[in-house]
Amino acid sequence: MIPELGHFALILALAIALVQGTLPVWGAAKRQPAFFALARPAARAQFMLIAVAFGCLAWSFYSNDFSVLNVASNSNSRLPTAYRIAATWGSHEGSLLLWVLMLSIWMLAVSLFSRSLPDAMVARVLGVMGLISVGFLSFLLFTSDPFERLLPGAMDGRDLNPLLQDPAMVIHPPMLYMGYVGFSVAFSFAIAALLDGRLDASWARWSRPWTIAAWIFLTLGIALGSFWAYYELGWGGWWFWDPVENASFMPWLIGTALIHSLAVTEKRGAFKSWTVLLAILAFSLSLLGTFLVRSGVLTSVHAFASDPKRGIFILAFLALVIGGSLTLYAWRAGKVAPGARFELLSRESMLLANSVLLLVACAAVLLGTLYPLFLDALGLGKISVGPPYFQSVFAPLMAPAILLAGVGPLIAWRKGDVAQAAQRLRWAAIVALLGALFLPLAFGRWAALTSFGLLLGFWIIGGSLTALFVRIKSGAGLGSSFLGMLLAHVGIGVFVLAVTLVKSYETERDVRLAPGESIVLGGYDFRFEGVKDVEGPNYVAARGTVMVTRNGAPVARLAPEKRIYHVQRNPMTESAIDYGATRHIYVSLGESVGDGKENAAWTLRILIKPFVGWIWGGCVLMALGGLLAASDRRYRSGTRRREQTADATLVRGSTA
Amino acid sequence: MKRFLLPLAVFLLLVGFLAAGLKLDPREVPSPLIGKPAPAFDLPVLQKAGQSHAPGAGRFAPADMRGKVWLLNVWASWCESCRDEHPLMVELSKKGLLPILGLNYKDKDEDAQRWLAQFGNPYQLSAVDADGRIGIDYGVYGVPETYLIDADGVIRYKQIGAITPEVLERKILPMAAALRK
Amino acid sequence: MRVLIFAFLISIAFNARAIENNDNRIRALEEKLRCLVCQNQTLADSNADLAGDLRKQVRDQVAAGRTDQEIIDYLVQRYGDFVLYEPPFKATTVLLWVGPFLLLAAAGGFLVVAVRRRRRAPEEPALAADEKRLVERVLGPVEKSGDAS
Repeated sequence: MIPELGHFALILALAIALVQGTLPVWGAAKRQPAFFALARPAARAQFMLIAVAFGCLAWSFYSNDFSVLNVASNSNSRLPTAYRIAATWGSHEGSLLLWVLMLSIWMLAVSLFSRSLPDAMVARVLGVMGLISVGFLSFLLFTSDPFERLLPGAMDGRDLNPLLQDPAMVIHPPMLYMGYVGFSVAFSFAIAALLDGRLDASWARWSRPWTIAAWIFLTLGIALGSFWAYYELGWGGWWFWDPVENASFMPWLIGTALIHSLAVTEKRGAFKSWTVLLAILAFSLSLLGTFLVRSGVLTSVHAFASDPKRGIFILAFLALVIGGSLTLYAWRAGKVAPGARFELLSRESMLLANSVLLLVACAAVLLGTLYPLFLDALGLGKISVGPPYFQSVFAPLMAPAILLAGVGPLIAWRKGDVAQAAQRLRWAAIVALLGALFLPLAFGRWAALTSFGLLLGFWIIGGSLTALFVRIKSGAGLGSSFLGMLLAHVGIGVFVLAVTLVKSYETERDVRLAPGESIVLGGYDFRFEGVKDVEGPNYVAARGTVMVTRNGAPVARLAPEKRIYHVQRNPMTESAIDYGATRHIYVSLGESVGDGKENAAWTLRILIKPFVGWIWGGCVLMALGGLLAASDRRYRSGTRRREQTADATLVRGSTA
Repeated sequence: MKRFLLPLAVFLLLVGFLAAGLKLDPREVPSPLIGKPAPAFDLPVLQKAGQSHAPGAGRFAPADMRGKVWLLNVWASWCESCRDEHPLMVELSKKGLLPILGLNYKDKDEDAQRWLAQFGNPYQLSAVDADGRIGIDYGVYGVPETYLIDADGVIRYKQIGAITPEVLERKILPMAAALRK
Repeated sequence: MRVLIFAFLISIAFNARAIENNDNRIRALEEKLRCLVCQNQTLADSNADLAGDLRKQVRDQVAAGRTDQEIIDYLVQRYGDFVLYEPPFKATTVLLWVGPFLLLAAAGGFLVVAVRRRRRAPEEPALAADEKRLVERVLGPVEKSGDAS
């Protein structure tokens, strides 16, 4: 009964989405207020219906209803409760329902927090989002029904993939999808502005907090995914340039460019058509990512099982939405008035350079991800493009952007003063240079590439601190937008420093140890104390014990495991990590060597990774910076109400 | 106006490639050995269950099949997909259209013998590649894989994964017929 | 006698060094090659059976004295370019390697053109005194340009 209820709710939601996607937009074009008043209630109704549908699926998982095909394929009665519920979004169908739920949440938010926007604008924005919802709901209902029944019901389920049975599974996909889907708001604003024909600074001011909010979620979602891979997969890697990872990273890059570009459009009215293009591209990349993961076009550990019919549907949807919006862009963008002028050296040109560099970096990632497909489609052979390519191409492209970010906040709008900026930055430059040159010596090994990475990290932090100092000295206020920017830049600096240090100074060793044997690595002593069998809720595991000491003092007692889940039977490595601010100690079990259970020797992989935690720490700082920036006074309703009354005065005054 | 069309143009090109991509299999690694001589080897042959391995009684090298067009099918008892194509292989061997020889890959003799007894034996013989060394020479990365080898010992076609009736009817049999001329 | 022992010890030291160097070489080779059955992993990292077999191949060939290039060629002959973790630089991959930098150059060109065009844009007319007062009444005191974020 409940799954059918959920299914019905989705059908109703589709009907409402059809209404929401057509009537308000038409009403806005024909200036019929009655039609565009439909937008907000429609959005709210959609949210409620989709939430009900999602709840029905979640309930089916929670109550172990194995007559639902999705539950039977992805869950099991012995699965712990939290993972039973998280399994709701563990499959292709379920994760699509999550996607649609996130879309409805953003639609609800737009309908609630847009009091000060003109109703026609809101109608168009919600209308575009409604059309997107039509696409996804159709996809769900026609090709990927999560409520499909399995009759007769299974006795028990096939269990959730063990890799997904983890706390991170509970928050990584929702965060990530909030980010991906959130860019649909900026997209809808851009389309609405193009439809309206009016592309002015106010559009940018409205879009900006929504875009930053989506960007925050995406940043955290990607960081979570990376951290999860790090502790789950067992060999200490945290970024693999896997096609699905790239699919989430590309919208992030464009989203970052978009936030910077919106700043210029908001303040100076410049870059209007460029910003619109970026807004279209950001969401387009989200959609492209959805296609790549579900169509079977690329292989990835993340990819869902593919079905050509689904691939064709998504591709058609993609072509329609992106093709349509780019056609609208080509038609209307030329009619936009150019913005204010600015000099070669100005905040505007620096931000433009930043946009361009991020766009090129994103294009490089896209090129690398799709190149094997290009060659194969042209019959030119089969190659594989992996991390070595991305690393050698991405870093040189990002380095200039980071250098610019250290300088940018100190260059004035419209016409910057180079001499003054250079003068102010001299301390930051000196400290950065010294730090970059001498810090490697503290680690015992100097390399040019290491030094350069450190220089970039110190430079952007130094530049940000300098900007803060200059602002304080000038007496002008410290708005949260300004502080947010500095914090986010510092976050990037921390990230760059952490990556440089980890890549340059991590140590790794594969060893075979019998119980009682030990090995010394990086100043730590690792003693292996053997392995014993333990029983988990839905698995059995061989749990090893490794005592870590340093100069005789105990540091950690690590328990890496090798698990076999009862149902799926793939061996899974659970590594053991000692988390420290200056380093992580990472141990994972390999294979048991030779015979004899109790006293068998095992192969172990031991890694010491200096400052690796700051990779994700930097991402958290970036997200906090975004939060600060989005909460700036400018964007809150109080300010806007004042302006609305002032607008009225202006109008009255001019007719007098 | 014209430069605003650029994003759309690039996008349409991309869609074209993605559409083409839907028909391809990204996991498939095509073989660079097509058109090249089948790598030589000299391996023991799988005996029937219970028979002792008489010295000199069974070894096989691809050169033994010179002058004939034949299929080399890489299989193993632990391989799930091999079971999918096996009935087809058995039927093909009964029709006698094409000699089929097996390469038993990384398997144990008893398991292999039991498997053939249970599911049928389409092979004139099966060479035993216990450690997978010969598999590497043939670029094997996943079983089952099948090679069509011509009368001069040159590999003409490689099927990755289980053979389906369509592939058999449309590719392998016509090619074999053409090669025999 | 002492000389013999000394020579023996030295040869052990050299051999240990050679073994360590060989290990490094093997490791480096394993990281240049892809595990064909896993997603996006190097031969060094993968736990798959085939990866183990190929690693053994690499080790045997290094022990037999082959050069790095010979070992790589051996595997490419059998598995094609796909077995290389880093795409080779050939005619078909020129666009891949050079593409990003071509894009960068094009983007740089676009930047220069865009900025030059902006410089030639007409200067904004300054606000008249009473217009400025009106603006200030509506928006609050106008900030000095150059330090707002």
